Amino acid sequence: MARIDLDLAHSYLSDPKQDSDYALLPLQMSFADGGAYALLGPSGCGKTTLLNIISGLVRPSHGAVRFDGADVTARSPQQRNIAQVFQFPVVYDTMTVADNLAFPLRNRGVPPERIKTRVGRIAEMLELSGQLNQRAAHLAADAKQKISLGRGLVREDVSAVLFDEPLTVIDPHLKWQLRRKLKQIHHELKLTLIYVTHDQVEALTFAEQVVVMTRGRAVQIGTAAELFERPHHMFVGHFIGSPGMNFLPARWWDGVVETAGHTLRVAPALGEVLRAAGEFTLGVRPEYVRLADASAEGALMAEVTQVQDIGTYWLLTARVGETLLRVRLSPASAAPQVGAKVWLEVLGPHTCCYDRDQQLIATGSESAAGGASG
Amino acid sequence: MQLTLEGVTKRVGAAMHLYPLDFALQPHAVTVLLGATQAGKTTLMRLMAGLDVPSQGRVLVDGDNVTGRPVRERNVAMVYQQFINYPSLRVADNIASPLKLRGGLDRATIDQRVRELAAKLHIDPFLDRLPAELSGGQQQRVALARALAKEAPLMLLDEPLVNLDYKLREELREELSALFASGDSTVVYATTEPTEALLLGGYTAVLDAGELLQYGPTAEVFHRPQSLRVARAFSDPPINLLAGSVVSSGIQLAAEVPLAVPLAAAKTLADVTERSVTVGIRAGALRVQAQPGDVALTGRVELAEISGSDTFVHVAAAVGPLVAQLTGVHYFELGAAISLYLDPAQLYVFDARGALLIAPAFPGAR
Repeated sequence: MARIDLDLAHSYLSDPKQDSDYALLPLQMSFADGGAYALLGPSGCGKTTLLNIISGLVRPSHGAVRFDGADVTARSPQQRNIAQVFQFPVVYDTMTVADNLAFPLRNRGVPPERIKTRVGRIAEMLELSGQLNQRAAHLAADAKQKISLGRGLVREDVSAVLFDEPLTVIDPHLKWQLRRKLKQIHHELKLTLIYVTHDQVEALTFAEQVVVMTRGRAVQIGTAAELFERPHHMFVGHFIGSPGMNFLPARWWDGVVETAGHTLRVAPALGEVLRAAGEFTLGVRPEYVRLADASAEGALMAEVTQVQDIGTYWLLTARVGETLLRVRLSPASAAPQVGAKVWLEVLGPHTCCYDRDQQLIATGSESAAGGASG
Repeated sequence: MQLTLEGVTKRVGAAMHLYPLDFALQPHAVTVLLGATQAGKTTLMRLMAGLDVPSQGRVLVDGDNVTGRPVRERNVAMVYQQFINYPSLRVADNIASPLKLRGGLDRATIDQRVRELAAKLHIDPFLDRLPAELSGGQQQRVALARALAKEAPLMLLDEPLVNLDYKLREELREELSALFASGDSTVVYATTEPTEALLLGGYTAVLDAGELLQYGPTAEVFHRPQSLRVARAFSDPPINLLAGSVVSSGIQLAAEVPLAVPLAAAKTLADVTERSVTVGIRAGALRVQAQPGDVALTGRVELAEISGSDTFVHVAAAVGPLVAQLTGVHYFELGAAISLYLDPAQLYVFDARGALLIAPAFPGAR
């Protein structure tokens, strides 16, 4: 087990000149010993490059990787003592499940007694105990992926276990089980786990800390709750949540907020901050937009363009001026009809404001997002 | 276009891939084929397309028997999981290819149509590039544009978004919904994800282990699953299932938790001959703040997962394991005592054979 510190940048080009030449822009990041982390972002954001730099498959063009303070930049994955789990199961078909799980331990000359104990424990955690003596060849895809996960987790002496989209090939129902297993295993084994995915649900449910990445940059590192409640960057607001955050162009004018042809009053303290910003963007999540009474003070008039029954909630799409707002309504409320006029409240304790660089403007309501993650 | 399958089966060697099914698809609408991997979705689509011949039964297009007629003699557009394009053709020529094959269209008309489709799918800046020079999402957009260009009366999409990023999927799914709605084709869309079916709307057919279990308007199939198997297949998070028995006051769960059921439902239960039933509770029906008439289910928090828009709380309850889906971010201490509340009107009840007895009323609003 190790604490991992990164202070680096990476370009696949020999002579990078501008930001877009870098797969990873300069970053400093630390992964605590025994923590569970996710690297989350769209294709091409640099998350796999970052994972490969941590494992030692890629050497960063600039800077260094440190494990427990020691510079390991030049070391291979074997020397760094990294275990990896990939998107598709990597399993020896002719071996039994037990032999598959034992393989990384035998390779390292762990005593047979110790191997037996450890394999038994991992198999139990992953509910593979009943299949230990079966050949891997005839198992279903999800059982094979469980073996891959087990092989990644079986060694006690690894510096970290790295997962590259390990649940992509798994059906939704099994994902629920495996996600839960991984979390329990982390709780019990206290390994340092780093998990790469484009799937926000996997990242947020798995990790204690999620690194949100876009275009080679880590734009925010935080708990699921922090990323949801106070996205530091508009990209995070958009990327986290489904659908993502709604954005409305706004400006401070003569003591009020102007947006979509409406004027909204805000608390004086917030007003002071927004006055300095001038033009800005309001960000409000579909979960926090409220239906208000007709012509209610502080509400925006909108026309409903779509109403979807998503089973456990209504998803409303409504047009305010040029902007389409998404609103998530409780199934208990009566859903408005398409074409109806509705009044929507967009200002509240959960509303965020963003400056011209898409960065969060610090406001007094910051404290509303406090609290520890569950 | 009316596509009908009559008594269709598919057997490969000794294995039944599709059990006998009758299936009349809603014309000019989207039908979602929902089922886990290996449920038979792709097998069924291949029969619809004419890529495979059914072992038994007939395939009818507008009443015309087309069983055994190969795909090239039918007018079908298909999109697969993998992004399939002509690698040596520019994007514009990829999209134009079905239009050129059709014949009778002059170049200006084809160009205009290609531009329209490319604009709709946001790939108009890439018309002169080769597919390999595009990202995965862009490549799949090209494949979709080509399928749409064909304007075939039947369009089959086999998990078209599965290889794309989560967020890109969200975006493209919305665009596709709008394109389907504005077009005239009968569309079949296979997916493993219940939420995707709900987002696409239209009609849903639930497949499980080679059987067509239920077909109807998507919201109706979701809210009134005719069997336990449909309820399982069409719930994400998985539906909570508990063993119960019918008593005079309603239903008794394990651990002596009585659940009174609404009067109308009680009448249904009075006709049940077997006393043992399965109670289904969708994760979204459980809440942490009681409302009048709610039943309390007590237990301990095993795990709380914040997914962004929702918090999933896994509870070891006296009645059995439960998962509750709460909107937004909620904090729970692991191991802490918790009460989940349930409106008995939100219960699903299935008989011993898994057939639906009681389902909650659903708004069905549009």
